[in-house]
Amino acid sequence: MNHQVSGTLCPGYCLKENEMKKLSITSRIIIAVATLALCVLFVTPAWSIYLVAPQYPEGLSMQIWLNKITGQVEIINGLNHYIGMKHINESMFPEFRFMVYLLGAYILFGLVVAITGSRKLLMVYIIMAVVAAIAALVDFYMWGYDYGHDLDPTAAIQVPGLSYQPPLIGHKKLLNFDSYSYPDIGGWVMVAATAVFFLIWFIEWRKSKKIIK
Amino acid sequence: MKPHPFRAGIALIMTAACLVSTQSCKPKTAQSAAAGDAERSYVAPGKYDEFYNIVSGGFNGQIGIYGIPSGRLFRIVPVFSVTPESGYGFSEETKPMLNTSHGFVPWDDLHHIALSQTNGEHDGRWAFANGNNTPRLARIDLTTFRTAEILEIPNSAGNHASPFITENSEYVVAATRFSVPLDDQNGDVPINTYKDNFKGSISFISVDQTSGEMNIAFQIRTPGVNFDLSRAGKGKSNGWFFFSCYNSEKANTLLEVNASARDKDFVMAVNWKKAEEYLKAGKAKKQPVKYAHNVFSEKNHTATSTIKTDVLVLDPADCPDMLYLIPCPKSPHGTDVDPTGEYIVASGKLAASIPVFSFTKLQKAIADKAFDGEYDGIPVIKYEAALHGEVQKPGLGPLHTEFDGQGYGYTSMFVSSEIVKWRISDLQVLDRVPTYYSIGHLSIPGGPTAKPHGKYMIAYNKITKDRYLPTGPELTQSAQLYDISGEKMKLLLDFPTTGEPHYAEALPATMIKDKQLKIFKIEENQHPYAAKGEGQTKVERKGNQVHVWMTAIRSHLTPDNIEGVKVGDEVYFHVTNLEQDWDVPHGFAIKGANTAEILIMPGETQTLKWVADKPGIYPFYCTDFCSALHQEMSGYLRVSPQGSNVALLFSTGTNKPATSESPAATGGMD
Repeated sequence: MNHQVSGTLCPGYCLKENEMKKLSITSRIIIAVATLALCVLFVTPAWSIYLVAPQYPEGLSMQIWLNKITGQVEIINGLNHYIGMKHINESMFPEFRFMVYLLGAYILFGLVVAITGSRKLLMVYIIMAVVAAIAALVDFYMWGYDYGHDLDPTAAIQVPGLSYQPPLIGHKKLLNFDSYSYPDIGGWVMVAATAVFFLIWFIEWRKSKKIIK
Repeated sequence: MKPHPFRAGIALIMTAACLVSTQSCKPKTAQSAAAGDAERSYVAPGKYDEFYNIVSGGFNGQIGIYGIPSGRLFRIVPVFSVTPESGYGFSEETKPMLNTSHGFVPWDDLHHIALSQTNGEHDGRWAFANGNNTPRLARIDLTTFRTAEILEIPNSAGNHASPFITENSEYVVAATRFSVPLDDQNGDVPINTYKDNFKGSISFISVDQTSGEMNIAFQIRTPGVNFDLSRAGKGKSNGWFFFSCYNSEKANTLLEVNASARDKDFVMAVNWKKAEEYLKAGKAKKQPVKYAHNVFSEKNHTATSTIKTDVLVLDPADCPDMLYLIPCPKSPHGTDVDPTGEYIVASGKLAASIPVFSFTKLQKAIADKAFDGEYDGIPVIKYEAALHGEVQKPGLGPLHTEFDGQGYGYTSMFVSSEIVKWRISDLQVLDRVPTYYSIGHLSIPGGPTAKPHGKYMIAYNKITKDRYLPTGPELTQSAQLYDISGEKMKLLLDFPTTGEPHYAEALPATMIKDKQLKIFKIEENQHPYAAKGEGQTKVERKGNQVHVWMTAIRSHLTPDNIEGVKVGDEVYFHVTNLEQDWDVPHGFAIKGANTAEILIMPGETQTLKWVADKPGIYPFYCTDFCSALHQEMSGYLRVSPQGSNVALLFSTGTNKPATSESPAATGGMD
């Protein structure tokens, strides 16, 4: 067979190439499923923070959703005011007003990718996800920095030089509290879905490479 | 290409998701591996504990007596709170104990204990305790475990920094938590004139070495700071007293913020030997005040309340070299002096380190006049000049330090809920143990003395949460017992406590166990209404008062049939327990009494006052299970209407029904 691309008309091979730019049906179904799985973020938290201290054997936790905060925020606020930290409430997070819509648009776009089966769009989709994740983490870090450093100067307990920035991810000891910061169910689903998208893209890309050779 | 990569890829993602979901589970809280030690804390049936632990009851106003190491509660001694169980505060004899210049005060807040000392060691004579709310000091006799004396303190509000004792029990010292305009000032001033008008007070109460009776030797008027825990110097520092002070900002509102503003508050060092000199030299002003002095006599089992009318007050302005201030970080809660008397440890409850001052350096600083200005006319010593060193990063929220006599200090950390062991000489932190949860005070038997007994350490906590079976929203306070005889501290036992213990002191059981009074000798009973035998019982009317001389002995009360009482009469039941046997108290109660019951110990006489409000028959009975026929130990009182002419009759055993000749009247219904 002549595999060489030559000029304009090469019906056999060109057809195949166009076909190769399209994702397989299986892939598209998986993409659609994974995209719809993201809906879980509407009903579960994306992130959670746990605080453990000797006098809190039952533990304290705070869950961050797309549009709200739940958990023992009031108790955490009550404790933190001794060291001059601000009260956590939803007005601290203007992002809550639009995150839901952002996710909605993202899911729609994912469905579009599934319907069109375009590998290029899939790559765009993946890049969007990664960028969004990085933006979210940066945003969260900046909130954490401000929350931990911008302390009330008239606070009762003042340990010079000490700040109480919660960990971005993982464990950190803040005074007598062990604090843990990890994605919650919604967050993990997002990570898993993006991994799926990437895997699908990669497999499809490898497949197309083999054909071109 | 086969779809295997798909399957492989998806399998990979699923596994990853599974692993990750276990990660996002709530991290396990750090449950301690400390399981306690049953053998070390168990006291077998029939055996005794090693130590008596005399524990403040906090807001229950009483003292709990526990055994160490078993943690068992033996008795709750009524001090400032009325106790219907025994009639303390309800019986005619004990009501005067709770008399104050504000009238009868049925409750107080008892935070701290000081056991009497001789040559810097516990001597087992008395326990002193503070009443916070209506400032008072109580003395408990350790041979009867009864409150022997209560002295009100004038010029005081918030008697929290109290009581603390000198090494030979010369003085028991009290200081004020709340500064207020003192009793000779005009108290009706706007609250925000605190800085100008509000003063503090330190009271030195002398203790008679034979009778134990307390007397306010002198008071010192101080700047308006809040005093907290204090300690007498000992050994080389005997003659000095150290008080932690906070609110040097002199705030009068939102102290949570406003009293925490300054970086350093103070430890006030008082040279009381010098104060005694000034007293002798006539520098003290005699100030008219009113305060109650109540003494309970075991001779007649009655308390007498007298109102005292003056007190001697020293003004620091007239007494140079008597007071000095040592800067101390952030709102100190306590000052503790180590067994040698050289080191003074201050715990700043908001501080991140524990400063330890040296008495030698302090004396040198005073001699060299190494001062950093003045506070209200009192010289402030340069921090570094008096400092031996700081214990670095001990934990969060140091409150209170005690010693084991081996050169180590043990400090409680409220915020990080632990106890930290450190070496005094080089200030190194050696060990830490968690407490469950949020410890306030700790105690080591003999801890504040020159010769601590060591061996055990008890943590008194403020938060209980899940330590025991929960009992609704209100939980007992938890305490833990630790073994400190080794290098590392070891948890032995977790036990619940009554009230809210703050501080406690423990002494070896052998010191007082065999001195305990078992009975009162009936022949020594000097109660004015004592009936020392059944032959001496009677009922007498004095106007509208009816006095009943009654005796109780297994298993009857004499008299047990009383008639002739009229509506409106005040009936005084003076019950004498004729037993001379160990552990045979009797109780007494009568229907409808607005008082309580009374418990009468063998050889003792106690009085219950009862007002007859309606005609009828009123049963009375012994309430303390005394014998096999305890249930039969009862009687009847007949109340007739006012103006009736029923004669006063009393008897036991003879008031039988009139016998009738008619056979039908011998029983049964016709």
